[in-house]
Amino acid sequence: MQPNEFHPIAYSAAFYFFGLTALASAIAFVTRKSPVAAAMWLVNVMFCLAGLYVMLDAQFIGAIQVLVYAGAIMVVFLFVIMLLNLGHASELADARGRWGQVLALLVGLALVAPLLALSKGDLLNRMIPPDLAARAAAAAAAPTAGGVIGPVAEPLFKEYLLAFELTSVLLLAAIVGAVVLGKRRTDAR
Amino acid sequence: MMHSVPLLLQVADPQLPPSPGMFVLFGLIKAGVAFGIYMLCVAYTTLLERRVAGWIQDRIGPNRVGPQGLLQPIADGVKNFMKEEALPATANKALFVMAPAIAFVPAMITWAVIPFAAPLPIPGVGLISMAVADLPIGFLFILAISSLGVYGLTIAGWSSNNKYALLGGLRASAQMISYEIAMGMSTVCVLLLAGNVNLNEIVAQQQGQAWNVVLLTMAFFIFAVSALAETNRVPFDLPESESELVAGYHAEYSSMRYSMFPLAEYANIITSSGLMVTLFFGGWDIPFTQWDNAAPHSVVKTLVTLGAYFAKVFFFVFAFIWIRWTVPRFRYDQLMSLGWKLLLPMALLYITAVASLALALDFAGVVRTSMAYTGAFLAMNVVFVVLVFWVLDRGRIVSPAYSRIERERLAKMRLGAERSDLLTGKGA
Repeated sequence: MQPNEFHPIAYSAAFYFFGLTALASAIAFVTRKSPVAAAMWLVNVMFCLAGLYVMLDAQFIGAIQVLVYAGAIMVVFLFVIMLLNLGHASELADARGRWGQVLALLVGLALVAPLLALSKGDLLNRMIPPDLAARAAAAAAAPTAGGVIGPVAEPLFKEYLLAFELTSVLLLAAIVGAVVLGKRRTDAR
Repeated sequence: MMHSVPLLLQVADPQLPPSPGMFVLFGLIKAGVAFGIYMLCVAYTTLLERRVAGWIQDRIGPNRVGPQGLLQPIADGVKNFMKEEALPATANKALFVMAPAIAFVPAMITWAVIPFAAPLPIPGVGLISMAVADLPIGFLFILAISSLGVYGLTIAGWSSNNKYALLGGLRASAQMISYEIAMGMSTVCVLLLAGNVNLNEIVAQQQGQAWNVVLLTMAFFIFAVSALAETNRVPFDLPESESELVAGYHAEYSSMRYSMFPLAEYANIITSSGLMVTLFFGGWDIPFTQWDNAAPHSVVKTLVTLGAYFAKVFFFVFAFIWIRWTVPRFRYDQLMSLGWKLLLPMALLYITAVASLALALDFAGVVRTSMAYTGAFLAMNVVFVVLVFWVLDRGRIVSPAYSRIERERLAKMRLGAERSDLLTGKGA
């Protein structure tokens, strides 16, 4: 029903819109000193990633990205930030003083160096998106049972059922552990 | 319901999907029209609430501006725009200004995926789906977007730099996370029966079988309670409880910026009602007939089903208002224990029961659209309803307030009331 025939220019425009917004938001996320503002920028990054997932015809992953990361995890982050009531924003900077800032710059350069080395000076050409539109259209052309979530659900609950169940047990153990740790502290008071 | 149309019909046939160009054009038209009608409904729900409140409380309510107060929402809007916008000196300005919009937008875009009528055939164009955006992930889109509504409230509370507002914001985030889980779990049952997350497919499943409120009564109950909590209305209005927190997260807001929060609440009410209708009351389906679902679509069918959908949504909007003016506010611990200790375990148990029954019926070879299938689910629901509302309740949720008083004392109180003529109001 939904025509999946993107115009290549429209597709590239959307790719750059989401990609560049994600990059800008990520930079804002690490440079903001107010924790709440930083968290909101991170939410924006999640949104842009969700947009990119949808462009890859992975609508399920896109929806889950927003639902789980933006809608649940970041809300809990915000909740904790507000409860902690961190001091004034200027006291929270990680790189304090001149030497701290110089060190931060060096670490940043050390992280960029491998990227430049890998791209072999051809960085700009490598930023052009590959022909994802055709692949996405091909994926959409093959209809499957259970709509768009069928291809995710089938292997998850058939082939990898044991791994799935074991993961849920692991998560349960983590929850119980968190409750136990939280309880011990209140008993000690 | 199937859209399968013989392929020997011509290409520009109104019973077939439109071309990509027309799809985009009509998508824009649908978005504009649906947005306009939706905003009008939100504005008039404020009037509806005040008139119904007046009716329930045996007073008149606003009836002076225009006939029966019909111009009241416009007058309110003008008043709010003319008022001064206060900006607290210590507020985080950017977030303070953004928060009302963040609260309002999710409620509005959730509406985009809900189908509100049978597809409309337009000659020379094709069959237009009557949802603004008929997404393949429709239902997950709703869950994802509605989980963002909490940001507006939390950010409003934090950016005001006011302790009451912050407490309101914290309560809002805690409450909405808690009830979102129960809400998501209750809808898993719907997805189990439909086998798809597309809302049109969910409506089609209910047209083929029976409305989900019959098949999945407890899921509807959990969803309705959670939806009430997600809209932050009485009895779940802890984030803005005026008796404890002044006005909670919007204590520092004024003029139109303040007005956006109540408007977001009404938008949420309409969206939640629309969702309840779509998931549990057959969407735009007209009960006891297959006329509206059958293949040759016509303008008449679209209009009639649209009417049916509006009537159902109106009923739930009315029910939301009715509950607000009937039930008192929960205590905070009651709110949390209802969400985590009753609704969540019940939803998990119900998922297991529904999945087991569906599996057993499939294994026994019962056809999904048969009466036996519906009957089996109905029988299971009767057991659950009796268990929850009579056995588990123990005079707590649905029983009247006097059920926890001893019977003899209640009899005495009733006798005393009769003697002093309190009931007739004549005085002793």
